Amino acid sequence: MPISLTNEMMRAIIMDHSSNPTNKHTPSGEGYQKVHMHSDNCIDDLDIYLKIENDRVVDACFEGIACTISLSSTDIMCDLMKGKTIQESLYMIEQYQHMMHEEPFDDEVLDEAIVFINTSKQAARIRCATIGWNAANSILKDK
Amino acid sequence: MYDIKKVRLDFPMLQNKTMQGKPLVFLDNASTTFKPRQVIEAMDKYYLEMNSNSHRGDYDLCYNMDVEVAKARETIAKFINSDVNEVVFTSGDTEAINLVAYGYALEYLKKGDQILISETEHASNVLPWYRICDLTGAKVCFVKLDDKRITVEGVRNAFKDNKSIKLVALAHVGNVLGYEINAKEIASICHKNGALFLLDGAQSVPHMAVDFKDLDVDFLTFSAHKMCGPTGIGCLVGKYVLLQKMATFHTGGGMNVKFNNKQEVIPLDAPAKFEAGTLNLSAIIGFKAAIEYLTNLGMENIHKHDQELFEYAISKLEGYDNIIIYNKDSNSGIIAFNIKGVFAQDEATLLNSKGIAVRSGQHCAKMIDPVIGEPATVRMSTYLYTSKEEIDIFIDNLINGGDILDAYFFN
Repeated sequence: MPISLTNEMMRAIIMDHSSNPTNKHTPSGEGYQKVHMHSDNCIDDLDIYLKIENDRVVDACFEGIACTISLSSTDIMCDLMKGKTIQESLYMIEQYQHMMHEEPFDDEVLDEAIVFINTSKQAARIRCATIGWNAANSILKDK
Repeated sequence: MYDIKKVRLDFPMLQNKTMQGKPLVFLDNASTTFKPRQVIEAMDKYYLEMNSNSHRGDYDLCYNMDVEVAKARETIAKFINSDVNEVVFTSGDTEAINLVAYGYALEYLKKGDQILISETEHASNVLPWYRICDLTGAKVCFVKLDDKRITVEGVRNAFKDNKSIKLVALAHVGNVLGYEINAKEIASICHKNGALFLLDGAQSVPHMAVDFKDLDVDFLTFSAHKMCGPTGIGCLVGKYVLLQKMATFHTGGGMNVKFNNKQEVIPLDAPAKFEAGTLNLSAIIGFKAAIEYLTNLGMENIHKHDQELFEYAISKLEGYDNIIIYNKDSNSGIIAFNIKGVFAQDEATLLNSKGIAVRSGQHCAKMIDPVIGEPATVRMSTYLYTSKEEIDIFIDNLINGGDILDAYFFN
């Protein structure tokens, strides 16, 4: 289980996704829904793209300017969301939000996103760690 | 002798406060400042002993309140060297600039006129002018900067190139880079060219002696909360003849002589005609106490203290190649910097985890990024109670603070 990750492993995962965010690009094909998100208290200024087919997220990517936490959290979210149904994605987002606010959460579905478990130590950065997730939520909740 | 230890004892926020389990080091004074007991007690006194409205009663409490407001206005006028009726209370610097925008510019500017500002201005000295231009058809133009600085020459050239400039609005000291402009010379150039000059004193009035009459600016704006005073109060200081010419902005009780059912209104004279509604009375009392506090310390001493801390910090940072400072040649209490390869916000979060409060981003000056060449910076800013020991803690954490992710994984 990811919950057994050491601090050093969690750091490495965050740094990997912020220095090499594989989902940070504009979509190449058609059929994507886009949501723009920006932060009042950080540099974060992102476009999130989701492609949904037959009740399933078939692709997720993003583009924009972001701090380490928003960059890596959004990149990890894109990885995790690809292939999930809308219902599964919404449940994962909900559990992630619970984790952010130190509420009980289902760690089974968060996978690598567990690395952001300490975000509440830096409350000013919760917005950064959730910006991509909130964007995806705003697309998916109306589906 | 400026006794920093004694000064710090006046501030409850400097007594054993912690942040993230570490002693609090507050270096975000360009954003807002702590309040000394003298200010807090003066405001308490309003609620505990003086609670009343002003201008609205025939009883002693109310009369006494009128006297207190008048005394506060006199204190501000003396502090800034203006006439007492040239001081208009506003909710702060932002409302003061908006008051000039809507009261003067909206009334007198027309299509084809231009308003000169700079790309280093805070949103409060940009967006009111954009709005006025939308409403009047006037246009905003920008002074050409000389390596990030606004110079007298730059303003002179702006007038050579552009005969339509009717109003110039610039910060006395920039809120990101801390550069001071030559306000007196710029005011003279504006007047020779038939333009008015608004000086945004948000970052200068709290830190140095500013003389409204000597500078001969037309409008001067500032906020109390950046100078040890309360939030929600500030003022517009304007030449009386201009204040009288200006249209009213907020209207309502307390600003009119009379009105009738033919929609005729006779406003009071300035400054009362701009002060509709119940004033922020406890804040006005606190504002006065803050100015008395600064005056007792001496504005020259406060300015010197900021400058000494700046020079001390810059000299200690010298030689660290991974720390990029954007305003080494400044001399105010603001340092704008980045750590090579680290996002400003990430560095600010790391400093937060060490108990150090700084600001990161664009600091409301959202056109400044091409000027500096970075999308964001970290800003540390000092004030009259900042100690050298705090600068040492700040610099030690910049250099030895560890990895940015320590902020999330420290134990």
